Amino acid sequence: MDFTRRETLALGAGAAALTVLPASAFAATVDELIAEFTGGADVADGGVTLNAPEIAENGNTVPIEVAADGAASIMVLAAGNPTPPVATFHFGPLAGASRASTRIRLAGTQDVVAVAKMADGSFARTSKEVKVTIGGCGG
Amino acid sequence: MAENVKPRVRVPRSASAGEVATIKTLISHKMESGQRKDSEGNTIPRSIINRFTCDFNGQNVIDVTMEPAISTNPYFEFEATIPETGEFTFTWYDDDGSVYEDVQSVEVS
Repeated sequence: MDFTRRETLALGAGAAALTVLPASAFAATVDELIAEFTGGADVADGGVTLNAPEIAENGNTVPIEVAADGAASIMVLAAGNPTPPVATFHFGPLAGASRASTRIRLAGTQDVVAVAKMADGSFARTSKEVKVTIGGCGG
Repeated sequence: MAENVKPRVRVPRSASAGEVATIKTLISHKMESGQRKDSEGNTIPRSIINRFTCDFNGQNVIDVTMEPAISTNPYFEFEATIPETGEFTFTWYDDDGSVYEDVQSVEVS
């Protein structure tokens, strides 16, 4: 079976595209996850409070706190983790305030993103960089 | 992983009607992320608690969807309104189908 130069190039390009595609198909990016959460609606900057340490010595337990006045739910994403979703908090009718804190894992220095869905259907986001000395994903 | 899972919850014993109380919960669970490898290089399968809910007398306070990025021994702190005497029900849902539950009663004077 003989290949012309043109065919060989085309094959190579096809193979390259194939190897790249699955990776992008499975690892949903932060933007895609936000779009899924908001349904494509506009996201305003600010209006959400995200408290996280500037420097976390141990990426295995990084304390964070999210709060947003009047939020129905808040989604937290870690942009640099192997899987960016961290948690989504849904506040029920008896929630005293739209505030919650927890401890999360961070693989390395990265931005932590919080997106809030307000009761009126609008969205707001904020992000904060956390420097991690020891990553929290094990090896 | 159904062994050694112990929920701990801190709730005020009494409150005034309509008071907003801070609730703290902790449950011991290794939260295996599915990213780690054992000494032979095999991936250790994911085993986490994927959902946590808190209800008061059947009304929802908070419902959290959890991903592998939540730390070992998941800890949550949040605010709850206590309108009347009743019970808080805390529920954790494990990947393996187990459900862990804790109930705490609060008296409104």
